[in-house]
Amino acid sequence: MDVVSQLQRQFIDYSASLHREGFVDDQFTQLQKLQDENSPDFVVEVASLFFEDCEKLINNMARALEQQQGVDFKQVDASVHQLKGSSSSIGAMRVKNVCINFRSFCEAQNREGCLRCLQQVTHEYSLLKSKLQTLFRMQPSMMAVDCVLLSLVGLGNRSVV
Amino acid sequence: MAQSRHAVEKEQSTKITALVVDDNRINRTIHRRLLSNLGIENEVVGSGKEAVDAHCSGKKFDLILMDMEMPIMNGIEATRKLREMGNRSMIAGVSSRSMEEDIQEFIEAGLDDYQEKPLTMSKLISLIRKISLNG
Repeated sequence: MDVVSQLQRQFIDYSASLHREGFVDDQFTQLQKLQDENSPDFVVEVASLFFEDCEKLINNMARALEQQQGVDFKQVDASVHQLKGSSSSIGAMRVKNVCINFRSFCEAQNREGCLRCLQQVTHEYSLLKSKLQTLFRMQPSMMAVDCVLLSLVGLGNRSVV
Repeated sequence: MAQSRHAVEKEQSTKITALVVDDNRINRTIHRRLLSNLGIENEVVGSGKEAVDAHCSGKKFDLILMDMEMPIMNGIEATRKLREMGNRSMIAGVSSRSMEEDIQEFIEAGLDDYQEKPLTMSKLISLIRKISLNG
């Protein structure tokens, strides 16, 4: 029981820290509530899609901003808009907030501002990915403990009979 | 209390079918999960054109969750075309736009309701209730 409590406490504390530090917002909690025994990997699945999207979109933005002949700000903005949408859907608050600024610089056709935002969004994405991967690594430990507990309960019942 | 409310909604929604129209696969995954958790049979397409094609193929849905900005055919055009073709589904616009002038054209195209993204369980339940009330 003590081991279970400790693991649960670690998971809860780490989740709370992600919220407190603004990495995720209530939308992430909503996604966690959608996860159940029929779909135990739902949050990991959605996060994986988000990581793939982020990497693709960040690469698109970088290529578009590198163009020496002239930056196609509409193209950059389209990628930022998509990233903003995806980050909002998963509850990635800090990434979303950088995207909001990023769009302003796209609208103003400010290349320097866009490059700064690209750096920020890359940094925030890397941080978030690392944090979420740590959180997801905590989940199998808890599931393993649940299995052990269930088997112990089964042994206990047999001994009573 | 939230659990029993969910159970009631699930009972009301088990006969409802839905179509998710969104070019973003994260949104498609989340919206499908929301619908499945309420016991709503659902399909997904990635553009307004595919939604129109689904209607033309004879598929009928009680609820269409329509994204606004999509390539090939956006949600405004798709909604307009579906209404012109006599589609009577409840079409709910789902978009990240919040300014009234931005969504006005979308509403005028024929929406029954509009929800700002991200779509949550409570927002979806309010759409389901509308369907149940309208019979």
